[in-house]
Amino acid sequence: MPKVKVARKSTWVDMTAMCDVAFLLLTFFILTSNIVKKEPVLVYTPSSISEIKIPETNIMTILVDKSGKVFFGIDGQDRREQLINKMAQKYGIILSEAEIKQYTLLDVSGNPIGAMKDYLNLKLEERENPDNNLGIPVDSTDNQLKTWVKTAREINRDSRIAIKADQNTPYSVIKKIMKSLQQIDENRYNLITRLEEGAES
Amino acid sequence: MADISSDSGSHKKGGKKRSKKAPTRIDFTPMVDLGFLLITFFMLATSLIKQQTMEITMPSDKKVSEENQTVAKASQAVTLILAKNDKVFYYFGQSENAEIVETNYSNSGLRTMLLKKNYEIAKQVEDLKVEKVKTKMADEIYQKRLSEIKAGKNAPVVRIMATDDASYKNLVDALDEMNISSISRYAVVDVDSADMQLIRGKIN
Repeated sequence: MPKVKVARKSTWVDMTAMCDVAFLLLTFFILTSNIVKKEPVLVYTPSSISEIKIPETNIMTILVDKSGKVFFGIDGQDRREQLINKMAQKYGIILSEAEIKQYTLLDVSGNPIGAMKDYLNLKLEERENPDNNLGIPVDSTDNQLKTWVKTAREINRDSRIAIKADQNTPYSVIKKIMKSLQQIDENRYNLITRLEEGAES
Repeated sequence: MADISSDSGSHKKGGKKRSKKAPTRIDFTPMVDLGFLLITFFMLATSLIKQQTMEITMPSDKKVSEENQTVAKASQAVTLILAKNDKVFYYFGQSENAEIVETNYSNSGLRTMLLKKNYEIAKQVEDLKVEKVKTKMADEIYQKRLSEIKAGKNAPVVRIMATDDASYKNLVDALDEMNISSISRYAVVDVDSADMQLIRGKIN
């Protein structure tokens, strides 16, 4: 009996130290991370050799998917709140507290401003449906992207514009976006790319 | 699990009463499990890598006053026309009587042409890079000298014309080639009808 007991005792490992390490690492990851947010559309960016990193703050993102739908978003929840309020004012639409709150949680959104209210009332699962993401109009008759960018610029003067487009987007869509930006004197912007695979020399 | 290993089980009839010692030993194994599970989750859910970006400055559409306008010499001008199905055409000088050549985005296509055109500057940039490594040059000085070299007199001026059928990838590839071949003077411009004429027969 006593022998068995000794043997059993010896398998007891003190997990306290390991637990400490685990939670230390956990804390590190929580503090350093920024969670990957799901974008409403899947965008596969083209590759380039450029190694400039994009900042995470002071940025407005223009997301373009393959079919040419345009999405727009800025960083910071408080800024988003200001943005949506101003936009609502400019286009004369009324949004409730809850809807504004919903908007501040979105990284990017892509709908004509008229359809924004309905979109914000959708359930999360339904938002991914392509039928519910119509894209921001960038036509010459109704160019809402221009208003979005202009309004975002009023809120944050230092922000940069980043265009993240799918590699198969037709150039005609990009041209329309570039033209719109040109018209409001936004001549410097960033194109988001991914690092070239298999470094060519 | 999570047993407070005091005496459970060890109490046999008439056993020694040693159970009162060390009653509060907690098994941390489940907690460690939990900890690592959460770590795994955070590692997968986070993006430590920032996105790459490429900076681009477009010409303003405001009218530029006569003296500020940079007039490119015809001998330095290169025009790229990006067409559909990943085709690229280029010609030197002006569009009248230009000899139009078809090429592609590969190493031996566009890049070779641009490097040849920009030979002097590309060579100087290469030398500067070597010098930087050798002398451990400060980054600021390096950047300054780099931009000096790139603004050199004989630098080619590239006009990138993308047709509506070209894809965004084509544009980024073309801009990327500018970076690779150290060309700093380039602009993305619209295709005019004269240039469309030039490539008309060649696109299908």
